[in-house]
Amino acid sequence: MQTISRRDLLRASAAIVVGFSLGKRAAAQGAGKTVDPGQLDSFLAIHRDGTVTVYTSLVDVGTGMLIAIPQMAAEELGIPVERISVVEGDTALTANTGGTGGSTGLTRGGVEIRQAAATARRALDKLGPNANLGELMGDRQFNLRSDPNAPLKNPANYTIVGKPLPRPDIPGKCTGTTVYLQDHTVPGMLHARVVRPPAFGAKLLTVDEASIKSIPDARVVRSGNFLAVTAKDEWAAIRAARDLKATWSEWKGLPGSDNLDQNIRKTPLDKDQTLVSRGDAAQALPKTAKQLKASYWWPFQSHASLAPCCAIADVRDDGTTIWSSTQGTHALRNNLTKLFGLPAGKTRVIFLPGAGSYGGNGNDDVAADAVLISKMVHAPVRVQWMRADEHGWDPKGPAQALDVHAGLDADGRIVAWDTQMWVPTNIPGTRAFIAADLAGIEQEHGQSPGGVINNADPPYNVPHVTVTAHWVKTSPLKVSNLRAPGRIGNAFAVESFTDELAAAAGADPVAFRLRGLTDPRAIAVIERAAQMIGWQPRPSPNPTPGVGRGIAYVRYNQALNYIAVAIEVAVDRGSGKLAIRRVACAHDSGLVVNPDALRNQVEGCIMQTLSRTLHEEVKFDQSHVTTVDWARYPLLTFPEVPAVEVALLNHPELPILGAGEGATAPVAAALGNAIFDATGIRLRRAPFGTTIKA
Amino acid sequence: MPKYNFQVNGKPVSVESWDPAQPLLYVLRNTLGLHAAKFGCGLGQCGACTVLVDGKPARSCVSTVSQAAGRRITTLEGLGTPEKPDAVQAAFIAEQAAQCGYCTNGMIMAAKGLLTQTPNPTGEQVKQYLAGNLCRCGTHARILSAVERAAKTQHEAKA
Repeated sequence: MQTISRRDLLRASAAIVVGFSLGKRAAAQGAGKTVDPGQLDSFLAIHRDGTVTVYTSLVDVGTGMLIAIPQMAAEELGIPVERISVVEGDTALTANTGGTGGSTGLTRGGVEIRQAAATARRALDKLGPNANLGELMGDRQFNLRSDPNAPLKNPANYTIVGKPLPRPDIPGKCTGTTVYLQDHTVPGMLHARVVRPPAFGAKLLTVDEASIKSIPDARVVRSGNFLAVTAKDEWAAIRAARDLKATWSEWKGLPGSDNLDQNIRKTPLDKDQTLVSRGDAAQALPKTAKQLKASYWWPFQSHASLAPCCAIADVRDDGTTIWSSTQGTHALRNNLTKLFGLPAGKTRVIFLPGAGSYGGNGNDDVAADAVLISKMVHAPVRVQWMRADEHGWDPKGPAQALDVHAGLDADGRIVAWDTQMWVPTNIPGTRAFIAADLAGIEQEHGQSPGGVINNADPPYNVPHVTVTAHWVKTSPLKVSNLRAPGRIGNAFAVESFTDELAAAAGADPVAFRLRGLTDPRAIAVIERAAQMIGWQPRPSPNPTPGVGRGIAYVRYNQALNYIAVAIEVAVDRGSGKLAIRRVACAHDSGLVVNPDALRNQVEGCIMQTLSRTLHEEVKFDQSHVTTVDWARYPLLTFPEVPAVEVALLNHPELPILGAGEGATAPVAAALGNAIFDATGIRLRRAPFGTTIKA
Repeated sequence: MPKYNFQVNGKPVSVESWDPAQPLLYVLRNTLGLHAAKFGCGLGQCGACTVLVDGKPARSCVSTVSQAAGRRITTLEGLGTPEKPDAVQAAFIAEQAAQCGYCTNGMIMAAKGLLTQTPNPTGEQVKQYLAGNLCRCGTHARILSAVERAAKTQHEAKA
């Protein structure tokens, strides 16, 4: 990695902050701007002063896109990166080329801006040799189609892409000048808080409005079972929500989270689906020399955003404006328009940064809360959930049960493998908004846990493989995409079980994996991660117990980035206390646009997944989620944080593969494998906790 | 309405609050327009709302406006600006120690408290001191590097 001095960082940051404010000015002037996804002008505007604004429907959720996308655009345009600013997510200013998710910020968002910049460069070159873009274009429109075949700069000549330039958003975040959605205000805005039922299906029986009459300007807002309070003052709204006396019917419609792994196998199925069928595993398995079977379990988990979700809505006769941190502003706009019968074309969703959302957290739901309340009180309304609303009501990453069965030949090679998984089925349609269900507004009840079936087969040369999804009809909790949906649980099962097979074969876990691989990029990440952790070849468990190392390898979605994670742990032989000492990750996501921003993402993937693996489990009784604060839904804390080392295997000549999720996938298995090496104890259920006992 | 007098970022302020139990957080954010301190849980569990009260880190979501009376409050805005960040802020910027940045206020304010009390902390001391500050994005390693860098630069500045 290139090194840069602190002074360089600060100077570059300041320059890009200037670019930012110009971007805001461009946004304010943007009325009437084209948002046709085929038009170059939808993605890029060159201003009289030589600055450039790029427009994307994908948003930066702390992921570094606000520097990486300008780097890609600047490279093609041949201008300094600090002249480029980004308008993200605003439905009135950006073409709808999809929301943010699935690690597509650069592979989709960045690539389309790069192509627009290349199209613009070719058009500008035809205008003449004048290097001053501002003079050439001066806020004029190109009126051109963005050309997917416009020639791109040769990566060998890159001077901006590949540099670890600092992120423009960080100085503001470190000095309190960034305006988050939570900090935004609108004239005449009321503060609102929702009062959710004590049980998911409870009906609102009575509301005692007098119970909050001493609180200044507090007002009850009710529609069916939807209950909220508003006030001019935020603390008054919070107090009113807390003090409001209401009675609700009893409801006990949940199965409870105890024995969920057994219950999920008994839930009626929508269908079975064969996902992978290679060779004939059913026939081959019984004939193998040695067979192993195991069951793995991944629990329901919450997005657990550090900020409870927030939205501001201003519903007026002449149009509606919604300020949101959703990862999909256009989809939210379309869904809310349909749900509330808002006039098409007169509803705008403006993105403002919030706390990390990691997929479909409660951001869309809180926007519906805000629209419903604003409609009823005829004023702009800011709704922020309280902590219990967030943990209790955000849609969850689904629980997953996996049964794996495999056989080794006499030579210790995996010859047959079978994975059976139980996951919530996909139901077409929009995920139901909480507000609409409570208020009795008719809506779709779609269900999509995200691409939860990926990475459920071994990434090795195994001749006979089947993977079957048992699509479970219903889920006790509402589900949505939570970072790397399903892949963490699937890779936990597959890569832990691979380790079990290696141990059964008496093989070194690294050598066992390499034996089944031919792809040089896969081999490269495994060898690198092993080297970084100081891997000593031998079978697990460690003949000297108490210290152990484990490795896991994933090719994300079987077709994207290559990641190997190696972890070293110590487990106290008396107390069973676990200490994660070191994590090493080798990461190949093709072309690296900004190595430092990428490292930040990869480190985040690792730490967040350590948290999910060690601690996180949503629990519920028959009425509601019970893990509704940070004491009952703990996250990784600093004393548990290991040293982390990331190696980026850059391939400038190859496509970008995305990095927002990939490095999450091997972490749980690598940790479980390290614990097995240290103790001989195989963990097959997350969360592990931090005390390892047989 | 009752009035409360205290100092914020070196300047005296006088604020009204209808409720003496109103947390300081909302007074800072809504009455005084200082929005660096963030609402994360309202329970004192996450640290996003941290400010310095008489130089020591405190959770403004569970400190009341009446408790603030007569005290010196420092918020993240009071440390420095993007153009002129203080040593801890500059260290966080140099280490690029943020993802979403929602916890960053608390991390910097806690670090400030630690370095005032213990100018040369060990790595373990930093981890223990920040044990009550949560980060969801997983920026922990960079935050630790930033605190280490800040300690070093503060030390060098004094030398």
